[in-house]
Amino acid sequence: MGVMKFSMKQIDQNNILINRAVNSYRPAIFLAIISLTIAAFLWWLISRLGNFPSFILPSPMDVWHRFVLSITDGSLLRNSLVTLQEIVLGLTLGVSVATILGYFLAKSHTFEKIISPYIVASQSVPIVAIAPILIIWFGPGIFSKILICSLTVFFPVLVNTVVGLRSVPEELQDLMRSLKSTRWQTISKLEIPGALPVFLGGLRVGATLSVIGAVVGEFVGSDKGLGFLINLGRGQYDTALVFVSVFTLILIAMSLYGIVVILEKRLLSWQQSSKDTILEHQ
Amino acid sequence: MQEEPVLIVKNLSAVFPNGNGGLQALDQISFSVFPQEFVCVLGPSGSGKSTLLRILAGLLLPTGGKVIYQGSELDEPRRDIGFVFQKANLMPWRTVIQNIMLPLELDNISPADAERYAREMVKLVGLCGFEETLPRDLSGGMAQRVAIARALVHDPQLLLLDEPFGALDALTRERMGMELLRIWQARRKTVVMVTHSISEALLLADRVLVLTPRPGRIRLDFPVNLPRPRDEEIRYTPEFTELTRVLRGAIG
Repeated sequence: MGVMKFSMKQIDQNNILINRAVNSYRPAIFLAIISLTIAAFLWWLISRLGNFPSFILPSPMDVWHRFVLSITDGSLLRNSLVTLQEIVLGLTLGVSVATILGYFLAKSHTFEKIISPYIVASQSVPIVAIAPILIIWFGPGIFSKILICSLTVFFPVLVNTVVGLRSVPEELQDLMRSLKSTRWQTISKLEIPGALPVFLGGLRVGATLSVIGAVVGEFVGSDKGLGFLINLGRGQYDTALVFVSVFTLILIAMSLYGIVVILEKRLLSWQQSSKDTILEHQ
Repeated sequence: MQEEPVLIVKNLSAVFPNGNGGLQALDQISFSVFPQEFVCVLGPSGSGKSTLLRILAGLLLPTGGKVIYQGSELDEPRRDIGFVFQKANLMPWRTVIQNIMLPLELDNISPADAERYAREMVKLVGLCGFEETLPRDLSGGMAQRVAIARALVHDPQLLLLDEPFGALDALTRERMGMELLRIWQARRKTVVMVTHSISEALLLADRVLVLTPRPGRIRLDFPVNLPRPRDEEIRYTPEFTELTRVLRGAIG
């Protein structure tokens, strides 16, 4: 049904993009450093020339001082660890459920027809709208955040699991059948490696979204985490703290992204390589 | 031949559901294949050749009749039947040697033994030095050699080949025909091969079955009495030309 109509062309496209991502990013890191330096300089220039008050646009130095302060009083690390914990657990939960459900969806058309309307419906409701309900149901603690986070991760991973599994060529399925492979042999020797390129593409998107999920959860109701810190900074006109928290979130998101990219590079070394940048496929 | 047949096909029919009454691919086909015999199934496209072979592999169930393989009815794939597909059908993430090892892995043979057998097969199909190559770096002919090695590595009793060289260019195809002849002469398997090339069939087969177009029936069960061992030169003999003429006439 609706969700599952993805053409082979799209999948090929996806694969090509993954290939591009995996390669040649060492010079990219060097260029990234240069561009970051330029950006910081421009930021400093604007805050300096515009003569904005610190609660509107803190200068890079203000943010740096706030950063040092939040490190020394331990608040940044403490709150980052809470968010990180939510992300890791949410990602684990979301990816596991999506992968298992995706497997059955890919295998059974009847099951797919029963389930997919709900999946599409769930995707049309923004997560911000569901978050308050989940917090009412499961309390303001870490569990509700894990759930919200796993919900944001769920969809891209599910779709890519289904598309990935369906992209495994029919002829290879026949080969495994002609060799009388067991169910588990087909899964481990054909379906997992065959679906992996597309699946990892979904994981890459899911990993970045998981950060958003956790922060949305913290925004709606919590007393710790980086989302809470952003809320706090906003309430107290401590804009530098907001900046510090946002940068930390970006760092977390990029690290997760990087981990998936490294994973792809490791696991998909058999794919054709071509040159391109890291971010192109987003 | 006096021996018991390896394969007996009895009144085999296949109908594909297709709205108005269905598409009849095969109609009442019967024949037997004896040990170490090389049988080619020849016919124009749409004569149900591939369907027949898929049924012999146990990948497809016939709608009528039955297949008896080594004394018992065949209704599912068997590990002692090797199958070579039209496309090489290699796993792109596996190297040549790993692709060849696949059937042994599925049989839970120890990796060391599996690798030893696979290396023997690499030698047999003439791919020494390409053991660690990935399929994307192989030419069509080389990939099909790997596929043949993979189908033979677990030493099946029966080898089924579904237009194995159909996707290759004419020159490569001719060379691969010779290669297959050499491999078969080294490892005398019972073979059923589907092809639409008359000269390929005559070069390789002991017997040629000619199928009619839709629905596929056996029009001719034709023994090829060319002397063995055969080589390339046989293509240019008057007997070969004469047989070609007969088969060409039978296909119509």
